[in-house]
Amino acid sequence: MNHEVKLKVLNIEKSFPGVKALDKIEFSVRKGTVHVLCGENGAGKSTLMKIINGIYQPDSGQILIDGVEVKIKNPIQAREHGIAMIFQELNYIPEMTIEESLFVGNWPKDRFGKVDWPEIRRRTLALLKAENLDYKPDMKLKDLTVSDIQMLEILKAISYQSDIIIMDEPTSAITNKEVEVLFKKIFELKARGAAIIYISHKMDEIFRIADDITVFRDGKVIDSKPKEALDIETVIALMVGRKLGNDFPKVEVPIGEPIMKITALNGEKFKDVHFEVKKGEIVGFAGLMGAGRTEVMRAIFGLDPIHSGEIAINGKPVKIKKVKDSIDQKVVMLSEDRRRYGILPVRSVRENISITNLSRFIKKGRLHSKEEIETVKYYCDKMKVKTPTYETNIASLSGGNQQKVLLAKWLITDPEVFIVDEPTRGIDVGAKYEIYRLISDLVIEGKSVIMVSSELPELIGMCDRIYVMAKGEIMGVLTKEDFTQENIMRLATGTKQNH
Amino acid sequence: MKTTFDKLKKSNLMGTFSIYFVLLALFLISMMANENFATVGNLSNISRQIAVGTILAFGQTILIINGMLDLSSGSVLALAGVLSVDAYLKTGSLLISFIVGIGVAVFCNILNGLMVTKFKTPPFIATLAMMAMARGAALLYTNGQNIYQIGDYIVFGQGSFIGIPNPVWFLIITMAITWYLLNHTTFGRSVYAIGGNEEAANASGINVNKIKMRSYIINGIFVGLAGIIFMSRVNGGLPNGAGGYEFKALTAAVIGGTSFSGGVGTASGTLAGAFIVGFLDNIMVLVGVNSYLQQIVRGAIIALAVIYDIYFKTTRKKLKASKG
Repeated sequence: MNHEVKLKVLNIEKSFPGVKALDKIEFSVRKGTVHVLCGENGAGKSTLMKIINGIYQPDSGQILIDGVEVKIKNPIQAREHGIAMIFQELNYIPEMTIEESLFVGNWPKDRFGKVDWPEIRRRTLALLKAENLDYKPDMKLKDLTVSDIQMLEILKAISYQSDIIIMDEPTSAITNKEVEVLFKKIFELKARGAAIIYISHKMDEIFRIADDITVFRDGKVIDSKPKEALDIETVIALMVGRKLGNDFPKVEVPIGEPIMKITALNGEKFKDVHFEVKKGEIVGFAGLMGAGRTEVMRAIFGLDPIHSGEIAINGKPVKIKKVKDSIDQKVVMLSEDRRRYGILPVRSVRENISITNLSRFIKKGRLHSKEEIETVKYYCDKMKVKTPTYETNIASLSGGNQQKVLLAKWLITDPEVFIVDEPTRGIDVGAKYEIYRLISDLVIEGKSVIMVSSELPELIGMCDRIYVMAKGEIMGVLTKEDFTQENIMRLATGTKQNH
Repeated sequence: MKTTFDKLKKSNLMGTFSIYFVLLALFLISMMANENFATVGNLSNISRQIAVGTILAFGQTILIINGMLDLSSGSVLALAGVLSVDAYLKTGSLLISFIVGIGVAVFCNILNGLMVTKFKTPPFIATLAMMAMARGAALLYTNGQNIYQIGDYIVFGQGSFIGIPNPVWFLIITMAITWYLLNHTTFGRSVYAIGGNEEAANASGINVNKIKMRSYIINGIFVGLAGIIFMSRVNGGLPNGAGGYEFKALTAAVIGGTSFSGGVGTASGTLAGAFIVGFLDNIMVLVGVNSYLQQIVRGAIIALAVIYDIYFKTTRKKLKASKG
């Protein structure tokens, strides 16, 4: 078969406020091959795919299909060019039936403009039969498994006669057996001459199905080679390859007794998690997206149910069923999703800070005392929050200042263990440094910090120990002398520690 | 940066105080339009007329700030009112009738609260169901007949204390309670937090269900009180009374700046909203506006209030977006 270039992008650039997401990207995929894109979270892979699928518009650069330049303004145009994208997080309408969803937005109509249901049924049955799939066309999506729905997405791509198929981490939500079915499908698509772009972090997978591999880092293409010219170690090194600056305000403090001990913790998205945190320690949690780090922390903090296992604080087992229980144990958590779990958007800075410990400000049965204002002022000064007044709506502050307000709101509860989940996500460099300094201040005061982060340099720069998770399990723990991005990545991509 | 803050501050200022300017303007225009408007007698009359609806509106305000509402308040008012009247006629005790009135309305609202918190029913649906059930119960209990000759029971709605009508006293008391709860208690702060962002409130250690349940209970107390005053004012136990009062209450709250997207609203705003509607109704009657046209005006006012609310919300969003 001829493997001529099907899709090519040239000099694609894209900036978002404050960050250059893609810098002069060149990349191409050939007919009948699988081209794997890999790179750390935020390296720019998904942004490029969204540009190819018409969801984002590039600032500059060209997209060529079969050597002809095309402009893709939206996903509908992408579909007309034969591009289909299967998203990492499947968006589907649970109440829709299989046949409705296969033709969604593109339902065949009869000559009166009415949706042609018999035609849809006929085509659905033909597709299902051709693919040897045992579904009934009128089954609702909510009754199917995630991998079933993913298979339907692939069917949909086939039904549109798509010849460029983008898959964004398609195996992140399915079982090993389902992965085999998916791979079989991919080989069939290849045999038909489709060009497949496949985003993945999982090294074993990548080397099984790739024909070509391109590594992204910090919005740039670092290397692009046929699979045969690369090996796992090289790819990992290319993915992390950046030099570490010494710009972390890490302070060495004496590490004390264990304060929190987690034993055999199981939950919906993680299993058999064991770890401990000592007084004065900054413990990192590394892992790729979906590794289960946030889920473990949410369970410890009382936001999600714990199926089994034990949480002990200062040697005593504690029951944590709701957030209040955790706060009472002096364990607090700064959420990764500031907008969803953090700020109270229409309320003032003052109210956003005092909300975690209102009873502290009650004087003679009355709230809104002088003491509340003074406390808010004290912590805003300590955190260097830039706000015109304490009555300003928190939504009008910058991301970094919002984050500092949210740190302040937890500090007023006087925590012993402070869990920070992606503490510097979406904030600018200067504010990042201040957040690091505040984290250092916490351990100087004898508190302990659990730091979940996808930014390896920040974990390496700030932590005393780093646990690495993958697929809901702890793959290993690294002590300072073993802190390298390569070591972390090896564990995070699913290669267990040999100890 | 600076200008964005300024703009925001200005828009918040407008959002906070514009309602009182509207009220003042309406008062002055009405005063000029008709010499009978700004008399002590007429203003006292307006206050008495709006009392029942406004007491309901305070309950709605707490619920709406929380991101909920109560469609059943008119019906529960009638049920609580007729049972209260009946209790008075059977026992001769004003105290017992008062307790029965409040108790029945609180009971209905505990059911509302259970549907919303335990069974996760949307408040709209839960209270829609209660609206039908409570009205049905009132009609069933009275066999659809009005109860007349309620004797001294009229003191709640028709009596007065140091020259001020009792309904106005109740209005002032419920207003004070609502204001105090919203501004000076952890309950009030939690209500605003839940309305602002329920998930964040939960992640801040607030017991969301407990606060929602308490909100319905407080609403129940107000609805029961409104029922007692209503029946007392109309001289009877009317199982069909106060139809549509839940919408009067919602109207006052919305015009008063309570946002249906939650997290925003004040007791004084709702009071102003109630007076705007009260003044408007009164002046339209005084100058002889066609009664059908009056309805159109009332509807238009609600539409304007909501458009205003949404306009400022989207401006806020745009400001947020422009900051990335």
